[in-house]
Formats: sequence, C-alpha cells, structure tokens
Amino acid sequence: MKTLKTAPPTAWFGMIVVALTMLTAIFAPLIAPHAETEIVGMQFLPWSAEHPLGTDNLGRDMLSRMIYGARNTVGLALLTTAMAFAAGSMLGMFAALRGGWVDQVLSRIIDVIMAVPPLILALMMLAIVGPSIPNMVAVIAFIYVAPVYRLARAAAMNVVRLDFIEAARLRGEGTFWLMRREVLPNISSTLIAEFGLRFCFVFLFIAALSFLGIGIQPPTADWGSMVKDNATLITFGDITPLIPAGAIALLTVAINFIVDWMLHRASGLKT
Amino acid sequence: MDTLLDMRGLRLEAGPKSDPTVILHGLDLQLKRGEVVGLVGESGAGKSSAGLAAMGVVRDGVRFAGGSVTFDGTELTSQSPRRLRKLLGRRMAYVAQSAAASFNPAHRVIDQVTEAPVLHGVMSRPEAEEDAIRLFRQMQLPDADRIGMRYPHQMSGGQLQRAMTGMAMACRPDLIVFDEPTTALDVTTQIEVLGAMRDIVERYDAAAIYITHDLAVVSQMADRIMVMRHGQEVETQPTRDMLATPREDYTRSLWSVRSLNRPARVEPRPALLECRDLSAGYGDVKVLHDVSVELPRGRTTTVVGESGSGKSTLAKVIAGLMPPMSGQVLWQGDPLPADYRARGRDLLHDVQMIYQMADTALNPRHTVRETLARPARFCRGLTGKALQSRVRDLMELIELSPDKFLDRRIPELSGGQKQRIGIARALAAEPRFVICDEVTSALDQLVAGGILRLLMRLQDELDLTYMFITHDLATVRAIADQVVIMQKGRVVEQGPRDRIFDAPQQDYTRRLLEAVPQMDPDWLSRVRAAS
Repeated sequence: MKTLKTAPPTAWFGMIVVALTMLTAIFAPLIAPHAETEIVGMQFLPWSAEHPLGTDNLGRDMLSRMIYGARNTVGLALLTTAMAFAAGSMLGMFAALRGGWVDQVLSRIIDVIMAVPPLILALMMLAIVGPSIPNMVAVIAFIYVAPVYRLARAAAMNVVRLDFIEAARLRGEGTFWLMRREVLPNISSTLIAEFGLRFCFVFLFIAALSFLGIGIQPPTADWGSMVKDNATLITFGDITPLIPAGAIALLTVAINFIVDWMLHRASGLKT
Repeated sequence: MDTLLDMRGLRLEAGPKSDPTVILHGLDLQLKRGEVVGLVGESGAGKSSAGLAAMGVVRDGVRFAGGSVTFDGTELTSQSPRRLRKLLGRRMAYVAQSAAASFNPAHRVIDQVTEAPVLHGVMSRPEAEEDAIRLFRQMQLPDADRIGMRYPHQMSGGQLQRAMTGMAMACRPDLIVFDEPTTALDVTTQIEVLGAMRDIVERYDAAAIYITHDLAVVSQMADRIMVMRHGQEVETQPTRDMLATPREDYTRSLWSVRSLNRPARVEPRPALLECRDLSAGYGDVKVLHDVSVELPRGRTTTVVGESGSGKSTLAKVIAGLMPPMSGQVLWQGDPLPADYRARGRDLLHDVQMIYQMADTALNPRHTVRETLARPARFCRGLTGKALQSRVRDLMELIELSPDKFLDRRIPELSGGQKQRIGIARALAAEPRFVICDEVTSALDQLVAGGILRLLMRLQDELDLTYMFITHDLATVRAIADQVVIMQKGRVVEQGPRDRIFDAPQQDYTRRLLEAVPQMDPDWLSRVRAAS
C-alpha cells in the first residue's frame, strides 16, 4: 500500500483506466443494454438516446458490443500473455541455470522464431491450423514466448552468476527449486514490467489479426474487428469506428503508464 | 607555519531538513602546509565525507549544515560551484580508492594526466606532457617516458594507483586527499605505492589528508592521526603518541584487533582432505600447476597469495565447481568425484563455502529465516518445531538475536551481520569442512575481528576443518594452524604457521612477510632502506 501512495498521477490514471476496463469486462452482461449479437435495429443508425453509440453494419448495438468486446479482447490478451510468460520465463531461467548445450539449443530455436516477422508468422501458422480462438491464443502465445525467453534469460544470467546460486547448487538443490526460489524472486520486477508491455503488444496483435479477419471470428464482438466492420462509416464523416480504436489506444496508453512507473521503481530510481 | 586548511565545527546532513541524518557532528581539523593527517575509523564513520568536505565538496543529497571550511583564506562551504571548480584539481586534488575505476578506459593515461594543468591554464600541452613524464619517473613507474601512451587496461592496479597520484600532483596542489588509495592493492604492490606517495608529498611540500581503516598503513604516512567514529572525532594525537598511548577505549579496541592471536596447534592430525598434483585452468591457460596440499582435520589451513595466485581456483576445484585437468582430491583418503553433481548428498553437505561478498552470497529477496531454514530442512530433513528451534540455535551460534533478526530481509542487515548469516547458512548443513574465501576482506577491522573470533569459537565447538583463503597476512598470523603460500598457481611453501613466519625458506615468502605493514612509523623507511 505504501508504494501505491508514491505513484505519480500518470500511474494513477493508468490504474483507474485498467480497473474500469476490468470491471466492464467482468460485469459485461449486467452493464450492456443489449446482448452481444442481438440485432436491435437498422444498420448504421446514428447516435441516439436508445443506442448511445448507434448501431453497426448489421444493426447491432455499438455500446453493447464495445462492452462485450472488452471482455473478449482484454480477456484473451491476458490469457495469451500469461501463457507466453509462463513458458518463456521458465525456459529462460532454465537455459540460464543449465547453460551449455541446453542453453545453446533453446536459444537457437528462439532465434529462429524471432527471425520471422511476428505478423507473417502468425498468418502462416493460423493458415495451417485454421482460425479459431484457441488456435489464435496458442499461436500468439508461441510467438511471444521468444521475447519473454530472451528477457528472462538475460535477467537470470545476472542472478545465476551470484554466489548464493553457487551455494544452493553446492547444497544439491534441483534446477526447478533454484528457478522458483532463488532466481524468480530476483527477476520478478523486470518480468512484471515486461508483462505490462507485452500485454499491450498482444492486445494490439489480436486487434490487428481480428481486423485482418483471422483473429476473433464473427459474430463475437472485439474491438479490432469492430473497427474493420464499421470502417465504411469514416467516409461519411462519422467517428463511430474510431471509438473501438480509441478504446484500444486508451488501454494501451494506460498500461504503459503503469509499466513506466514499475520500471522506474525496479531500476531503483526513486522520485 | 600558517594554517592551510581550517575546518571548524563542520556539520553535514543528509535526508529531509525536518528529520536529517547527521553525517558529521561538528568536526574540527587544522592542517598546515607540509603536514599529513590520517583519518582512521570503521566504515560509516564519516572519514570519506570529511575528506571530500575538506575540498568543499559533498556527495549528492548531502549538504553543509553548519561550521566552516577555510582553505588558504577562502571559505569553501559557501563557494559557488564555478569558483570551486577553479580551486579543484588545481589547488586541491583527490586520489580515489580504485584508480582502475577512476581512469576513463577510452583515453590514454597521459591525456588524462595532462588534462587538469592544460584546462586550468597552468601549463601548455607540451609542458604538461614533459611534466607528466617527470612525475611518472618520480612515482617510479617503469618506462616512464612511454608508459603514458598506454590505455588504463594495459597497466596494473599498482601502476594505475601511482599514475593517479601523479595526476593529482600535476598542478602541484597545496592539498591532496587520499581516500583509501592502497586498499585494493596486494601487499607487495602497496609498499611501492606508499613509498612513492610519501616521497612526492614531501618533495612538493603539500598538505595531505590520508583516509584509511588500516592503522599500520596510516602510521607510515601521517604526522598526526585522527580517529573518527559516528561522524565525530574520538581523539587526535601525533602518530607516535597515538600508537604508543591511545587515550580512548575505542582507539584501543581498534588497536586490539591486530593483536588477535590464537596459538597454532601443531600436534599432527590425519588429513580430512588432500589435494594431489592438482592442475586446472580455463581453456588452454593453466591456473594451477601440480598443487599438493593436506588439510588436517579440525584445523585451520590458510591459503595465502596475491591476486592471480590461483587460491580461489583451488577452492573451486575442491568444491567440485571446476574439474581439474589432472590430479585428484581425496576425502578421508578416498577420491572425491571431480564434479559436484556426481557427489552424493552427504558429501555435498560435508563441504560448505563462505563467501567474500556477503551481498551476493545471500539472496536479497529472502528473509533471514528463509535463508537458514532451507538448508536445515533440505540437508538435515528438519521440519516443523525441530526446524524452527534449529534456526534459532543457529542464530544463537552466530551471536545474533533470533527475535530481532529472523524476520528481517537480507538487505536490512549490516555487512558484518550479513557475513554472520552467511556463516550460519553454511553451518545449517552441518558440514565438516568449510571453505572460507576471503570472508573478512570486505569488512573493516573491528567487524572482521569479530567474525574471526566467531569462526575460531565455532571450530572449537563443532570440530570444523577450515580452508581459509586470504591475501591478508595479519589474518593468517591471527588464526592459522597451517599455512600454504601460493604464487602464480604453484605452492611456494607450506607448513605450520610458526615455522613459516619465523623461518621462511623461500625468497617469495620472505618478501611477502616483509611487505606486511607494521604498527611502527619507521617501518616503511626501514624496509625501503633495506631493499
């Protein structure tokens, strides 16, 4: 609690936006005036009292879809990032602790994944396994294991050199215990900060895939595909398609504010 | 003679103004031209802050909160940074502890040495270079004409420390502050650097403040010694009087650390661990050459050598962290697997290590309880009540209060307390053989003395066998039963402590022993006259 008090206003702004988004996502069915896929009126209705943000290209309520979209987009991004981090940080610490050929093999595999541009890799892999939500989560998590691995390995390398690791090894401790109890607590602040950052990337990535039509499939609402579906409205001077885009931008900025603050604290620069 | 530096009632504070941490409580110090004053005290006593304040400088976050510092008639505490910079480097100079860290590795040494005189407009560049070479010669640097063309990494630590002293003299300052300039050097190097420093201060009739925690060193350099503690002066006396008749109890306690001496036990005991013709190295570079050492059970065997002598590598090979190229390690007569992973649990727990830097030897994210409980549970299978009582026993063993310390995190402890926890962690595995790698080198003398006494007591109570690695011969004299002297990866000489100290057989041993500073102001002159 003490650390929260020292948070700068930007971090506070970030935390409030994230909290509101989370609440919206959790309580979506209670908040939303209409169901996610319910057709409630004509296509592209303008903003009115009944439909505060109008309706979309199929006549579904924009506001309701925004609210459900928070649930899908943010929830999936969270799940995907968590999977990438669990695998990436475990592998990274494992490579750092084991060293030698284990490290070499893992690192070269990761290099191969990193060598291909992520969007192209994702398109290719989704083309192979077919676009569905579980597949998309798995593919993005797989792609994002690479940067997380590199970070975790680099951070763990600095810790592995220290004498307390040697002392624990000489006691006969196993690799898993070393990872969990000796290394992880010392790199957790770096990982948490990176988690926030990666969450944004994944979130944008899902939105981008949805925009391209191979991410979250209709009729499920998500912010990325909502931009695509309603893009034609832009030509008529209506800003409605910018609202999901704005939501994406706002959440990204908010998370980055929090991450900045955490990085600042992790680097020991106290203000 | 007139007073060059006059520090009166100087008070330094840090932290918030409403609740400041006081670093110096009204310090008085007068210094005449040609005089050297030594500041002595344990770490945190405010010696370095006092040394910097003498030049009108404070560290970030620290401020002058009272008193005055007058340098040759100029008040420094209220001086603008611009005016102060005119004095700094030109009339006042500073020699830091680590010359290696103080030189910019990207520039040649001579460029850095000549920078100050050229910048301050004292000399032109060619004059400054000529002068720098003269200074290098006076500092007895080898190949003085050309050594300045080297980069810092091409010079040894001792050479850099001398070059740095030369750099400080470049503008012929009136005041030089030496902040632990020889602490990082080996004894045989230290003696040369000390001699060169003393000569140059005398030659240019400069005043100097010499900061150190090593009493023997300061007694070679200083005319007067001031003992400090908690930001206050304890006492000041001329060097000879201070050594002969210290007035305050605290001063006497500082002195008494050096008198720690446990009689060496010579009656033979069987070897617990034995190294036979060990050779080891990194890649093609051999660091150990046919090392054969015996470590008798229940005794302290000290391994002594300068940096690069291979003593830490020997410890690594014994611990199983580095496979030897040839030779073997015997444990109670049986060969020990070369890799620690091939050793059984019991064998691993029998051999424990205590490290030099307690900061990196303990996981900063753990509490004291976690640090000690894990090995006790893991190695000895203790759980629940038995585990908790074992942890408390360990704390009693290392003389720290369990109630006060068990739930603290490691970073909340002082250096000495951390080192004690490091010892307790090793003991938690109930070892029979403990490798102590420079365990007191990072601590000041008072704390180090406490750690050594603790280790000796534990040895008597638990019948431990120590392999004690150090470069400090005073420590060896205090605690060793057996001494192994190493140089360049070879054992030069080994045997019972008293024989090594009283009748050294090898030239190198003799040189090493002679180079240890003694608490006698004439020691340095005598040794230099002899060689």
